[in-house]
Amino acid sequence: MKPRPGRSLVGTATVFLFLLLFSVFFMLPIVYAISTAFKPFNEIFIFPPRLFVRKPTFNNFIQLNYLVSDFWVPLSRYIFNSVFITIAGTFGHIVLASMAAYPLAKHNFYGQKVLTKIIVLSLLFTASVTYIPQYVILSGIGAINTYWALILPALQSSLGLYLMMNFMQKIPEEMLEAARIDGAKEARIFWTVVMPNVKPAWLTLMIFSFQGLWNSGSGALVFKEELKTLPSVMTTIAAGGVTRTGATAAAALILMIPPILLFIFSQSRIIETMSTSGLK
Amino acid sequence: MVLVKNKLEKNVDFTVWEKIKRSRESYILLAPFMLIFALLTILPMLSAIGLSFTSFNMLEIPRFIGLQNYQRMLLDDPIFFKVVKNTIVFAFITGSISYILSFLFAWLINETGRALRTVLTVLFYIPVLAGNIYFVWAFLFSSDSYGVVNGFLIQMNIIKEPIGWLIDQNMIMPSLVVVQLWMSLGTGFLAFIAGFQSMDRSLFEAGAIDGVRNRSQELWYITIPSMSNQLLFSAVMQIAASFGVSTVIVFLAGFPTTQYSADTVVTYIMDIGTTRFEMGYACTIAVFLFALMFLTNFIITGALRKFSTD
Repeated sequence: MKPRPGRSLVGTATVFLFLLLFSVFFMLPIVYAISTAFKPFNEIFIFPPRLFVRKPTFNNFIQLNYLVSDFWVPLSRYIFNSVFITIAGTFGHIVLASMAAYPLAKHNFYGQKVLTKIIVLSLLFTASVTYIPQYVILSGIGAINTYWALILPALQSSLGLYLMMNFMQKIPEEMLEAARIDGAKEARIFWTVVMPNVKPAWLTLMIFSFQGLWNSGSGALVFKEELKTLPSVMTTIAAGGVTRTGATAAAALILMIPPILLFIFSQSRIIETMSTSGLK
Repeated sequence: MVLVKNKLEKNVDFTVWEKIKRSRESYILLAPFMLIFALLTILPMLSAIGLSFTSFNMLEIPRFIGLQNYQRMLLDDPIFFKVVKNTIVFAFITGSISYILSFLFAWLINETGRALRTVLTVLFYIPVLAGNIYFVWAFLFSSDSYGVVNGFLIQMNIIKEPIGWLIDQNMIMPSLVVVQLWMSLGTGFLAFIAGFQSMDRSLFEAGAIDGVRNRSQELWYITIPSMSNQLLFSAVMQIAASFGVSTVIVFLAGFPTTQYSADTVVTYIMDIGTTRFEMGYACTIAVFLFALMFLTNFIITGALRKFSTD
């Protein structure tokens, strides 16, 4: 690395101390959750409470399994629901958002400026503003109590479209022109030229969509038990009271593994995409 | 396509319909996303405005009642003012602190080496990634002496009696602010990290020659001015996130919270809409939130733009 202006030793020490302090604040609840998942019953309720587990056990996972087997809907069904909704929603979102991002980033058509403005404007608002009328519409088209109620809203996340659009702007124009001279249609150019060049952005849309869908409870959108997702299982178990503390922690631990792994593997690509996220 | 584009640029006499027909391929690619987006984002926004003038319970057809909902909201609903106050306090405190923290952490993380940077990014982002993990705060902030925070404070002789962190009306808000801060290093944080990593290194070298002597000068004179786009994007993300806080509150403090002491506009909308089915009134409050967020965005992004051009 080329030299940069002075880095004093005191400054470096301060940076590390500060980071260490806050890492502890950020880590503690997670460490506590993980260790609680392995705590035997008598360690969860001791005074003073302990952060780390002394005699780790898998009892909570066994209790979790036992509690879940008492449900009239088998656990495998909840797993299927979560996996299906997450994969279908994430895949659909990446394809639809990329398809829409390409013309917005690279074409020149009537209404382009207005559409781009609307997309950027919609970033300013939390989805909760439209929650009630969206509920009315979902119910109007008969999507309540089906997988669609959870998938459809995820498909149209404007953040994904926005990030993809910015990333696509980096594709050199010559690459597209070359394909056009060869007589390729736009849809074909999109699949064969554009998509292979925006892989980092796929991963970014994937992680945002995945974490949203994987963590979404069924809420008011789905109340048929056999269509509910894994987070709602966790909520049900947690609602059973303090004796279920260990089992809840075990469930949460299992739930948090997939998104974390996914993020770890795709981190550098995500950062690459986010570097084009700036708003002008 | 090339030909069409050239024609479009040279010949302004195309009618709108002709222009649309010539860009057919663009519209086909746009259509699927935009149709769903129109149905689930644009239409709801417009219909929220429409429904706000009606009485609507989802069973009967909406009945037009003029400004009655707005009258009720502004004159006869003491809870409304309470939740607005909560929302503003919440958004102001968590929004500004976590915006600054996101920037600060991203900067500090960038000062470390590559391996540590990767680990720390994951670490700070885990609370967002792991979605439901905030449930653990229910045990940390548990109201009896088995709760970790209470247990610790009692042991240290700082308090005698356990505190009802998530029950006591005066403690709910501060407790939730802590939890929200813990899980607020989101999209904006990632954008900052990316911003720092993609900085043009030659700017630093030029700065060193021009007399930039230490980290903080480098941050102030070089980094911040060249990251104005990231600063703007993160601000927008932060505003949307801090006004939208809802699931954490519902899970940790109940629905509704004790005497609505920590409910926000969003949880109040859910309360009115999905438990009481007063959709018309819920939409009126949503329109209010919409206006409030718009105003906040207008002020903040305006100020940031001015700041970065000066």
